[in-house]
Amino acid sequence: MSEENIKDLEKTFEARIARDEKIEPKDWMPEKYRQTHIRQISQHAHSEIVGMLPEGNWITRAPSLRRKVALLAKVQDEAGHGLYLYSACETLGITRNELYDQLHSGKAKYSSIFNYPTISWADIGAIGWLVDGAAIINQVPLCNTSFGPYARAMVRVCKEESFHQRQGYEIMLKLCQGTAEQKEMAQDALNRWWWPSLMMFGPTDAESTHTEQSMKWKLKRKTNDELRQQFIDQTVPQAEILGISVPDPELKWNKERGHYDFGPIDWDEFWQVVKGHGPCNKERMKARVDAWENGEWVRDAAMAYAEKQKLKKLNKAV
Amino acid sequence: MNKELYNYILSIADNCLILGQRLGELCGHGPTLETDIALTNISLDLFGQVRSYYQYAAKLVDDKTTEDDIAFLRNEREYVNALLVEQPNTDFAFIMGRQFLFDAFHLMLLSELQKSHDVTLAAIASKSIKEVSYHYRFSSDWVRRLGDGTPESKERMQAAINDLWAYTEELFYQTASEKLLIEKGIAVDLSQLKASYYQNITDVLEESTLTIPDSKWFKKGGKEGIHSEHMGYILSDMQFMQRAYPNMKW
Repeated sequence: MSEENIKDLEKTFEARIARDEKIEPKDWMPEKYRQTHIRQISQHAHSEIVGMLPEGNWITRAPSLRRKVALLAKVQDEAGHGLYLYSACETLGITRNELYDQLHSGKAKYSSIFNYPTISWADIGAIGWLVDGAAIINQVPLCNTSFGPYARAMVRVCKEESFHQRQGYEIMLKLCQGTAEQKEMAQDALNRWWWPSLMMFGPTDAESTHTEQSMKWKLKRKTNDELRQQFIDQTVPQAEILGISVPDPELKWNKERGHYDFGPIDWDEFWQVVKGHGPCNKERMKARVDAWENGEWVRDAAMAYAEKQKLKKLNKAV
Repeated sequence: MNKELYNYILSIADNCLILGQRLGELCGHGPTLETDIALTNISLDLFGQVRSYYQYAAKLVDDKTTEDDIAFLRNEREYVNALLVEQPNTDFAFIMGRQFLFDAFHLMLLSELQKSHDVTLAAIASKSIKEVSYHYRFSSDWVRRLGDGTPESKERMQAAINDLWAYTEELFYQTASEKLLIEKGIAVDLSQLKASYYQNITDVLEESTLTIPDSKWFKKGGKEGIHSEHMGYILSDMQFMQRAYPNMKW
């Protein structure tokens, strides 16, 4: 294809996005668009799968049967999200095995928040309330993103995430209405999860490398800093209802801006965790790699059995 | 309190509780995403059934007792699940073998329990049997796949069956309370199901090209509250919050 032809295609493509038309897997798309989407969707899928681990950590210890089934259902939802995000990603011409290889080799990233440990039951509440709360803010705009399979997957993901967020908040509420010991557990969880949750929106706009292009393709509709502010403004009053304090001495309502001002984020910690040196990076990766490697003989058996069944059917037909 | 009925409910429900707990340990560690989801789903079904049984049992005790008291606050000797369900998640072949040997039994039990003169138990059975039919389909399919898959999977599946076989007979062990309730048409007479259970699992194992263990040695104790050494660890995990923070609401 000549350079001129490609330019024409690109023009048509950009015009379709500008008209808010959905791009479907078989449509022509610039290679960079394909690669960016593989990167973002797979990163999202990996986050769902790795995210099962810190929460799964409390399934066997959930404090009541009701909490246990809710947590099981929640973690199962995350697995489901992973499944259809991987499928959406596969429509871009990459296999799930290749995507797993990228995760296991460290080439692909996943949300850094899951490299923090869940050390008390309140952490399960805090993850639902803060982490899923932050995820929703990041993800709701993606329901209108330009790539069709991703946008459609996000509609369902967001519905379920919103349920998870309420579930997490309800865990926190119950703790805060409970004994002094329970309330202390809730406060401790907020103290540990607050800053990592703010980091979930990524580096400040000045440092963010992908923002401009992603905005154009509607992979992003607001900047990292705008989303972070939205999260803080929404979450602070919720903490007030719980009666626990956000661990930021500089947090203050700014009447003129109509937003909360907040203290500096420790970006050194952010980069430390992103680069693989957070509290649980190694454990999370080991759990994923072990599951994959220990499962190899099972997957091989399933393939071998399917082959044998196919042969049997063929022989019967003959 | 109707002690016999209470004990009988627990003898069914505790199996679901402990197996659900074992499957819950696996969440996020399955060989594929699909099996991970399926195993979590089975665990979820079992805990759902547990809640129905314990809520009913709690009502028999008094107005104050809750499902959680029964689930979390008994001592080890008071749990009456069969030894089979507390066996560890050694590998995927053990997990599927344990599931299959239990599901085949569970399905037959519920099918009969639907006819119980106790309407609550009959109703729980009718609801649960739909879920358990799926569990059985899932686990028996995997036994076939692993048994007739690769040489490695066959060896692992055979090892699992050889090991777990010793725990099958206890599923049919009848306690004194159970015997009393059979006469009243409330409990299922397990002795009537045993032959077809062994016939059924033998058929599936043969189809899976596996050898039926010829051992006649069977282990029992769980249904009388005498468990394997695994049980203490299962409970210390499961009861952790309730024991560390007593009398709190969650």
